[in-house]
Amino acid sequence: MRNRILMNGNDAIGEGAIRAGCHAYFGYPITPQNELTAYMAQRMPECGRVFIQAESEVAAINMVYGAVVTGKRAMTSSSSPGISLKQEGLSYLAAAELPAVIVNVQRGGPGLGNIAPSQADYFQATKGGGHGDYRLIVLAPNSVQEMHDFTINAFALADRYRNPVMILTDGRLGQMMEPLALYKGPSPKSPPKPWSLTGARNRKPNHIRSLLLDVDALEERNLILQSKYKAILAELVGFDEYLTRDAQVLTIAYGSSARIAKGAVNQARARGIKAGLLRPITLWPFPRTRIRQLAEKVKGILVVEMSAGQMLEDVQLAVGDRCPVAFEGRMGGAVPEESDILATLRHINKSTRKGTRS
Amino acid sequence: MSATRIRPKKKGRILYRRPLSLVDRATHFCPGCGHGTTHKLIAEVLDTLKIREKTIGVAPVGCAVMAYYYLNCDISEAAHGRTPAVATGIKRCLPDRIVFSYQGDGDLAAIGMAETIHAANRGENITVIFVNNSVYGMTGGQMAPTTLNGQKTATSPCGRDSRSMGTPIRICELLNTLDSPWHIERVALNSPAGIRKARKALLVAFKGQMEGKGYSLIEILSPCPVHMRLSPRDAVRFITEGMIPAFPLGVFRKEGKPVA
Amino acid sequence: MKAKPYSLRIDRNRCKGCELCVSVCPRQVLDLSEEINPLGYHFARVTNPSHCIGCMNCSDMCPDAAIEIQKRLIRHA
Repeated sequence: MRNRILMNGNDAIGEGAIRAGCHAYFGYPITPQNELTAYMAQRMPECGRVFIQAESEVAAINMVYGAVVTGKRAMTSSSSPGISLKQEGLSYLAAAELPAVIVNVQRGGPGLGNIAPSQADYFQATKGGGHGDYRLIVLAPNSVQEMHDFTINAFALADRYRNPVMILTDGRLGQMMEPLALYKGPSPKSPPKPWSLTGARNRKPNHIRSLLLDVDALEERNLILQSKYKAILAELVGFDEYLTRDAQVLTIAYGSSARIAKGAVNQARARGIKAGLLRPITLWPFPRTRIRQLAEKVKGILVVEMSAGQMLEDVQLAVGDRCPVAFEGRMGGAVPEESDILATLRHINKSTRKGTRS
Repeated sequence: MSATRIRPKKKGRILYRRPLSLVDRATHFCPGCGHGTTHKLIAEVLDTLKIREKTIGVAPVGCAVMAYYYLNCDISEAAHGRTPAVATGIKRCLPDRIVFSYQGDGDLAAIGMAETIHAANRGENITVIFVNNSVYGMTGGQMAPTTLNGQKTATSPCGRDSRSMGTPIRICELLNTLDSPWHIERVALNSPAGIRKARKALLVAFKGQMEGKGYSLIEILSPCPVHMRLSPRDAVRFITEGMIPAFPLGVFRKEGKPVA
Repeated sequence: MKAKPYSLRIDRNRCKGCELCVSVCPRQVLDLSEEINPLGYHFARVTNPSHCIGCMNCSDMCPDAAIEIQKRLIRHA
């Protein structure tokens, strides 16, 4: 057993970033992610690295842009309304193929909403969010340990694909404390970055740009981005399965919803229902192939989210008419109840499997 | 594209020639545009201080977005108005490099006002080059924060009316209320003497950055003949007769202290 | 022949004919050509080279860095 310490999720992300070799952090206060900014305010200068409390979320994401064009690792964090403000910057980062890490500790929305945990930014995170055809790699941790570990991986993935990576979590995971085994290894190896701006010494000047006035040139650029996204779809899909081998009813949930769903699955099993859980770890790329496979053999699927049903649409796209898809969701910072999930699982279990696939 | 040199055939002393840091290609700027002059002056200063190879520029949205075609140094684009934030990120990560932002009046004084003020207030060790030509150029001559009272633009067709559209924002004066900036100066490209002053101001600003002095902003009153709706000659006269009375020239901040 | 201590070279292909050089020359050394260059502009040209006093007004003013000035070494015979 590794030595463990007690830490909250926000701090765990901060310490993960430091151990991943994050050279610069730029943030702006917003609840429920403030612990992270405060943690970085303390730790980054201690490590001789850059911390700035920016004048806005907009400035913060653009400081990240400036930091990563130099080839250094950089991160910003915020919560839902602040992430909306960062969308322009994310589009520019994606367009210029710059590696950066963005943390969204989601809260209730829309608008100013509230500061309770939510998962209603799924569309924004996984479908682009800003203008133009682009994608973020989106990681969804569901424990303090994963907050820490995924952050380290996020920096590696950002560098590997030259793409912004978002850690999509929520106020509950950010605030709660759990035992954490700190990462002790070396920070992920940084690939050579011959494109970075360091001064044109003994080489031709480098330019970081996304303006391509020529239609053909911009389409060509888009095709390059799309081929990269295709590679990510093929290489990066991550998910976790729990009791799915013999499952007849399948729950699909991510992040903190998955913790509640897991409890409901355990209760269902105790009642003799063959329930299982699939937890997407990468929300983009989404594990649609695996979900399609499981849809072939289960009676039905239940999607659990803290939203009106956003990931639900991706599940429906993957499943098609292979099996019925039910939804259990709460909004505005409310949390799905284990008992409600259990009731729906029982209901699905009672239904007879239609069709011939088995 | 490299900065090739035309060597004079006959022996003699060169009084002026195209700076090496300026790429040898024609600009997309309109005839008489002050951006060309400003690019030239920046290139001259990079040559003089021998810092081209350690300089990183940040180009804004607007007419100067294609600075990377003309300045022979590393350059990043920035989203509209975010130029000082991007410059901040670069400079903090590479403090021994020379970082400048190049911004128009819309970029710096409208959409990017927050970034402008806060970069100045943090005393970021960067050089901000502010091209004030009183209109939005690239988008087609709309009203800028620095459009003069009564000046006709695409979006103030009857002239800027101060009762509903505000009055020209004087950035140097505004930033001079802060404690942190090191050098703030306003110059004008309205005459050869004005251009020499502009060159000197840029030299002071870049040199200050090399010495770690901190934030400098050089505001350059600059002609945009097309959108001032004037010939290049008259655009220059408009700077003298229209802009300078509204934007007084001079050094506002020197060695970190307001100039009385 | 009268000595011409300053040599002005105008890159006619760069010139956009803004006429700012012409307007700031104290000695009427320059004017705009009747011809047009590949960019479509009436380019500036040197018409009175012997009048040049090397003040560099034109080269400083030129937005396109199209003017080069050289002081010649004059040999007295």
